This record gives sequence, structure tokens and C-alpha cells, in this order.
Amino acid sequence: MGNKADVWQGTLALMVLKTLETMGSLHGYGIARRIEQTSGDLLSLNYGTLYPALLKLEQEGYITSSWGASENNRRAKYYELTRAGKKQVKKEAADWEQTTAILARFLAPAEEA
Amino acid sequence: MRRLRALWLRVRGMFASGRAEAEFSAELESHLAMNIEDGVRAGLSREEARRQALIRLGGMEQAKIAQRERCGLPVVEALGRDVAYGVRTLRKNPGFAIVSILVIAIGIGANAALFTVVRSVLLRPLPFADPDRLVMMYGHNPDDPDSRNVVAAGDFYEWQKASQGFEQMAIWRWSGYNLSGQKNELPEMVSAAYGSWNLFSMLGVQPVLGRSFDPNDDKAGASRTVILNWGLFKRRFNGDPAIVGKTIRLNSQTYTVVGVLPGWFTYPDPEVQLWTPYRLEENPQNIESHFNHMGHVIARLKPGVSREQATQQVSGVQHQLFLRYNNSGPVVAGVTSQPLVNEVVGEVKKPLYILMGAVGCLLLIACLNLSNLLVARAAARRKEIAIRTALGSSRARLCREQLTESLLICVAGGAVGLVLAVWATRWLTTRWVDMPRAEAVHPDGVVVAFAVGITLLTGILSGLLPALSATGRGVLSALQDASRTIGGSASRASLRKVLLTAEIALTVVLLVCAGLLFKSFVRLRSVDLGCRTDNVLTMKFFLRRPKYAQPEQIVAFHTGLLEKVRALPGVEGAGLTNVVPGDGYYGDTGIRFPEHPPLPPGVHQFAIYRTADPGYFSAMGIPLVRGRVFTEDERGMTNDKHIVINQQFAREYFPNEDSIGKHVFVSWESDPGDAYEVIGIVGDTLYALDQPVKPMIWFPILSGNPVESVDAMLVVHSRGRDVTPLALPIQKLIAQMDPDLPVSRVLTMEQIVGESTANSSFSATLVLAFAGLSLLLAAVGLYGVLSYLVTQRTTEIGIRIALGARRTQLLQLVMLDGLRPAFVGLALGIAGSVGATQLIRSVLYATRPLDAVVYVSVIVTLLLAAAAACLVPAWRATRVNPIQALRAE
Repeated sequence: MGNKADVWQGTLALMVLKTLETMGSLHGYGIARRIEQTSGDLLSLNYGTLYPALLKLEQEGYITSSWGASENNRRAKYYELTRAGKKQVKKEAADWEQTTAILARFLAPAEEA
Repeated sequence: MRRLRALWLRVRGMFASGRAEAEFSAELESHLAMNIEDGVRAGLSREEARRQALIRLGGMEQAKIAQRERCGLPVVEALGRDVAYGVRTLRKNPGFAIVSILVIAIGIGANAALFTVVRSVLLRPLPFADPDRLVMMYGHNPDDPDSRNVVAAGDFYEWQKASQGFEQMAIWRWSGYNLSGQKNELPEMVSAAYGSWNLFSMLGVQPVLGRSFDPNDDKAGASRTVILNWGLFKRRFNGDPAIVGKTIRLNSQTYTVVGVLPGWFTYPDPEVQLWTPYRLEENPQNIESHFNHMGHVIARLKPGVSREQATQQVSGVQHQLFLRYNNSGPVVAGVTSQPLVNEVVGEVKKPLYILMGAVGCLLLIACLNLSNLLVARAAARRKEIAIRTALGSSRARLCREQLTESLLICVAGGAVGLVLAVWATRWLTTRWVDMPRAEAVHPDGVVVAFAVGITLLTGILSGLLPALSATGRGVLSALQDASRTIGGSASRASLRKVLLTAEIALTVVLLVCAGLLFKSFVRLRSVDLGCRTDNVLTMKFFLRRPKYAQPEQIVAFHTGLLEKVRALPGVEGAGLTNVVPGDGYYGDTGIRFPEHPPLPPGVHQFAIYRTADPGYFSAMGIPLVRGRVFTEDERGMTNDKHIVINQQFAREYFPNEDSIGKHVFVSWESDPGDAYEVIGIVGDTLYALDQPVKPMIWFPILSGNPVESVDAMLVVHSRGRDVTPLALPIQKLIAQMDPDLPVSRVLTMEQIVGESTANSSFSATLVLAFAGLSLLLAAVGLYGVLSYLVTQRTTEIGIRIALGARRTQLLQLVMLDGLRPAFVGLALGIAGSVGATQLIRSVLYATRPLDAVVYVSVIVTLLLAAAAACLVPAWRATRVNPIQALRAE
């Protein structure tokens, strides 16, 4: 796993929200796996850090959780977006796109030179 | 918003952590199981899959800790644990806890109470509209930078016409009325004031009932109107709004009540009961006069104009008046002003600040004491702290714990203190005679905030030093100490001695200031007024027109009253005057001497003006020095041109000649005035305890001259027995003679003198109490430190005894140890006092700031207290049993 990037501070929340937006309702393990897959297995996620992030989002009211049964009929806690969460995804995604766009401008001329 | 919601959930999470944790365990279990299943599906053995899953998770316990921290608020939880720990340690040692809490409570309570008073009286703006633009104007003599004279009405009207920097200007003066009973009610003498019609509107005061005065009321000959103060309205008229528009009788004349002022309006004094229009009530001569200075002038600055600028301009106007009129009478040469609020609080400012300083010192001493006690506690827990440090407790954590403990003590102390403060504030405002705006003094949010603030500050201040010293470098050396190490904590003991020295120094400063104030008060109290003060009763009344319009009516009442009073059993002497010694300045009159060369133009001479009947001087015990006093012949207006003067008058105005038979022109009624012949010289009396003797002149009250005879104070002396039982019979006598005539100031001379010293006695007593308390605290501190040192050195002392040290030597050893900080503190304190006492110089009466007696008694008191505090531990040291001491530990 040596070449994999760690998850940057602050981006995990957006990844979680975006994942839930695409997947609907999902349990913690599923979210973690999905993030890794989406990143093309380039990201290494410490699963232990996922849960405090989920809890924070839940405390802030962006996601809710409920117990349900997994595909293998195992009890698991499922998370899904609230209305506020759906709005938040859009907002954070837009913010992030703007940030990367700005950064890209800085990086682009440097590549040309 | 979202953050707040999260915070709230976390706060709740702190209390419901059990369920949340069980739920999270289940979630983790299901996570692991899924991960393991995936691993097995990928071809790993079950064991290996589990290992991999745990690695990816980053450890089961670590995940739980991370989750738990997010669930609640770790900082708050740690604080909660500290508090619980602090409460536990305090409960283990309840004596210590109670003493420290009480000490802090007294400190904080006294500070909060004083702050309440200072805030309400000095800091809060006046309850008037735009109070910053209100100024008080005075006549000013440029030769005396501090002079502030009341204003002649003639000057005032000129200012009003010519002033440019002021929006409005108003004038008022003191007055008083006999308020007659409506239906069989007793008559009453009420304090009152005349004000120009614009006074209330200028201050921004709206009557709660009826209307304010208007220009038509404020005219000579206008129909008589009056505005009642709330207190009189409630008390005398039962708060019945129907009184507005009705009439009341003042001085036997009918006045229509046009308005009632709000209850909070107590300017200039809560004693004022009603207001009448200025020009209506003031006699026409005074309104024109530039020589009769009796008015108080308030003005409102135009926005954006500075007080100096506006005053300067009015002063110019006044200077013109001075040049024009000064040759014919006393006119002030200039004008000065100050913000109205300064005038209102002027006299209490200094004593309040002194008290504030004293309670500040007290709190600081309490703080040092607590600090000292905590250092001792920390020393006793050295081993515990060392072990915890060795086990990995951070210094910050240990400091926080100690601070929590001192904060706990201070918070408890602060809570008790606040209750004390509420009670003390009430007590202060009732005991402090003449405190301005006393009715506005009550604790509010700001006061509570102040109390909370000083509580936290006290907690941190007194906790920080012990915390830092107990957890500093070398804390681990406690573990290296052999069990028999002797005198191991010398540095901590020296820290305690430094704290103690500071405490003693502060105490000395407080004691010296208190001693000086007290001495000053005693001096003031023992001032010789120049007359009899025991067994003398006074009673004031005014004979008002129209019932007493003719001199004969006045003389008949006075002589009739004196005759009947003198006939009462037990009365040794009785007399009439207008003002008794010690009861204030009252008024003066301009004088000239026909037998002297004329004075240079613009120079004026004055004497305090008094009246007397033939029996007054002997009843009051004022000695006759030369000549004679009035006789029964000087009665009526035909033979009244005689005066009696005091010795100061003779010294000042007849320095090298005999004054008897000389003449004095008194120009109060008309210019040049009447010539009065000096018939006698009597001993000097003081008009106020703390003021020098002034030239004084007595006119015959039995002349019946309405100007000088209507205002009377009856003086009754009864030899060698209590005079107060005479009050009622005399009041009944007066009621028989005139049922409509109210009597006031039924007081003994002792009460009159006591009234004028009440405040200085009050502040002296308070500061003395604070100083006594500080002394007690310092002694307790000294005792504590020394007992602790002796316990620490038990083994050493045991060895010394075993080696043959004599008990007296040991006594000396320990005593010296304790007295050294006392000596150093004393020296520092004396040095500090020399500076501090300069600050209170202006409130001292006939007492120098470097009064040797006070300093010596402070030194002796402090050393005695210190010796007493050291004696017990020292004695205990000599009782140490060497065998037991060596076996200890």
C-alpha cells in the first residue's frame, strides 16, 4: 500500500457525502470500500477514521443512520443523506471545483514554462 | 447553526455515552465481519483475513477512542473530572475549605458591594436626558482657582440673555414651606426649592401627572403654582391623582398643584418635597440683585460646543458686570463650571475611592492567604504529584487540577460573597448619610459580571503560583528523597514567606490608613464648638406671612413662647437663634465700618449672620467676653440697632482698637444700610466642625424685623439631666399657640454634631474593620506557615534536642523564623504607607499623614499579632519528643 495517497484533511466528508448521493443508503464498510474503488484503489483509507467522520456528519444533520440487514443478511448500520445533506453535497462540490480550478490555473503556466 | 447543533448533541452525548458505545461496538463488529468475509472470499485464511481487517481498521480500541471523543466533549469531560477531584480533595479537608471559602467570600463580597455603590453613584450617568451636556455654573474668583460660588439671580438673567454656547440655562435655590393640614392633619415643614420654569424641561424630566411649569407661572405676581415630588404625593396625598388641579396651603397661602414629578427624580436632594416657580417666590430685590448670591445654575450645552468655550464666553459677560457693579457691592469677577455629575457626586468621591482601595487590598490579602494555604497543601502532596508525573501526567494537566481547586474555592466564595454584597450594599446605602442618588444603588447584571470576573481572577491568581511551584522542574526529586531527608522543601517554604511578607506589607498599609482616618475622626469629634453640647435641645420653626406679617406679631409669638418654655419644670435656660453652632454656614452679610477709612473700591467685607434673644448666649453656654449681650430693652423695631460680635470679628475688623460702641453698616436691606452699634463680644463658635472660625455677627431676634426674626431655632438647656423628655411638652406648647405652625429638627446638640461627623465616623469605622480583618488574615497566614515549618522540621528538631539543644534556643529558632517575614513586611509596609497616606491627605482633619502615634501603634499591634501567631507553633516545637520525632516516618 506504500504508493497510495492518504486522504487529505477535510476531503473525507465530501467523499462520504458524494458516495451516499450516488449509492443512496449504505453501511460504513460499504462506504469505505466504495471510496477506495472510486479512487481507483489509489487512496488508502484508514477505516477507523471513517466512523468519527460519519458521526460528525450525523451530528451536523447531513446524514441519518438506521439499522438494517446487509446483502449477506448481516445486521449493519445504514447511512443516507438528509435534505440538508443533499444541499451540502452540491455546495461543497461547487466549492471544491472552484478551489481545484483556481489551483489548476496556478499549476498550468508552470507546466508550460 | 449546524455547528451548534453538533455541539448540543455532543453535550448530550457526554451523559449518554454507555448506549452509544454499545451501539458503536455492534457497528464495528458488523464492519469487521464484512471485511473478514471479503478477505475469505478473496482466498485468505480466516485468521489472516481477520488480521488484515484489523490493520485496515487501525486498531479496535483506537477506533473506539476516536469515536468516543467525537461523541462527547473531551475538554469538558476532563474539566468535569478535575472538578470532581477538586471537590473530593476539599471535602477531605473541610476545615481548610470552609476557612478559605469564608476568607474569599468576605473579600469578594466587600468588593462587589463597594463596586455596586461606586458604579451607581460615580459611574452611571445621571438619569437625565443627554447628561453629558449638563453643566453646573458657578461664580468664580480668579484669585482663587478652587472658588465656586452660588450665583446672584441678577447675574443669572444676564448670562441667560447673552450666552451663546448653551441651549438653555436654569436656576434654582433652596427653600422651605409650612405645609398646612387639609383636614385636621398636622402641619409640616417641608424642604422645597424654587426653580426657573425651564429647569425640568432642560433636564429632560416629564412630570408623571399634570404638567411642568411654563413661562406664565414663572413671573412675579402670577397665580401660585406648585409641583409635588413623588414622595410627598404618595405620603401626604395618598398618591391620589385627583390632587392635580387642586390647591394646597403653603405658608398659609393657596397654591394650585399643577404636576407631580416621577419617583426617580431626587435632584438636588431626596429631601426636597416640592417645587415652586423661581420668580414667583423670590423677592423682587433679589431677582435684580448682583450681590445676593443664592442661586444654583444648571445649563445645557449646545451640541458640539465645549464646556470650556461656553463658560469662557459667559465669564466674559460676568466680567463686564463685575466692572460695572463691583464698586457698589460684592460681584464675582468670573464664571467657572463643571459637569453636573461631578457636582452631584463631588463629596463622596474621595471616601468611596478610599474604601474601594481598602477592599481591593483586603481581597488581595485574601488572595495571598489562599495562595499560601494552597502552597502548603501542594507541599504536603509532593510525593503524590511526583508519582503522577513519573506515570506520565503532563504538567499542564497537574496545574489545571490545582487551578480547578482554587477556582472551586473562589467560586464558592464568590457565590457566598455575592449574597453578602447584596446585604452589605443595602446596609451601606442606609448608613451613609447624604449619599447622593442612594435610591439608585442596587446590584445589577454588571455588578454580577464584576463579581464573576473578580472571582475568576482571584481563583487564577491564587492558584497559579502554587500550581506552578508545585509542578515545576525538580518535582521528581521528591521520589529521590530518602524518607529521612530533612528540610527538603526549603524553596517552597521561602515562597510562602515571600507571600506572607507581601500580605503583611499590605496589612500595614491598611492599618496605617485606617489609623489615620480614625484619629482624624476622633479629632473631629472632640473639636470644641465653643458652646455647650450636652443637654441642649433644639427645635426649628418659621413664622410665615401673612399670619406673622407685622413685627409685633412676631415679637409676641417669640416672647410668649420663651416665657412658657422657661416656666416648664426642668428648663434651666432657653433662647432663640436662627442657627446653632455646628449646624452649617447658613448665610453671611456684607458689612462696612463708618469709623474706618473707606475700603478701596471692589473690596468687600463679610460676616456670618446670626440672631439671638437676650437668653440665647447663656442657654447655649457661649461666654460673654466684653460688653453685654442683648437685654429686654432691645425689643421691637425702634431700638434694634445693636449687634453682638464674636472674638474673631473683633480680631479681624478691629485689630488694634476697642470695638464696643463702634458702628457697623449692614447693607442687606438697602444701600448704604443701617448703622448697628456693637454692644458686646462673645466667644468664638464654629459653624462647622471641620471649618475654621469666621467673623460672626448677632442681630436681636426680638426686634421683630421680618427679615431676620421669622426664622427661629429654639434652644433649651436643662442642667445635668436628659433634655429629650422636654421635647414633647414644648411641641404641645407650640401647637397650643399656633396649631398651624410645624416644628422640625427636634434634635439634641449631640445629634447635630453627630450628624456632621456621621460620614467620617462611618468610613473610618469601615476602613478600620477592613484593616482588622486583614490583620487577622495575616496572623492566620503567619500561624499557618510556621506550623507547617515546624511539622516539616520535627525530625530536625528532634535531633537537635537529642544532641542537647535547650528549649529556649529552639523557641528562639522558630520564633525568629516566623518573625523575619513579619519584620520585612513591616518595613515594606511602612514605606508603602508613606506613599499611600499622601493620597488620603485631603480627607484627614487636623492629622498629618506621617502621624507618629499612628505609625507606632500600628508597628506595635502588628508585632504583637505576629508574636502571638508564632508563639503556638514555637511552643509546640519545644515540646517535640526526640524519641518519637526520630521514629516518625
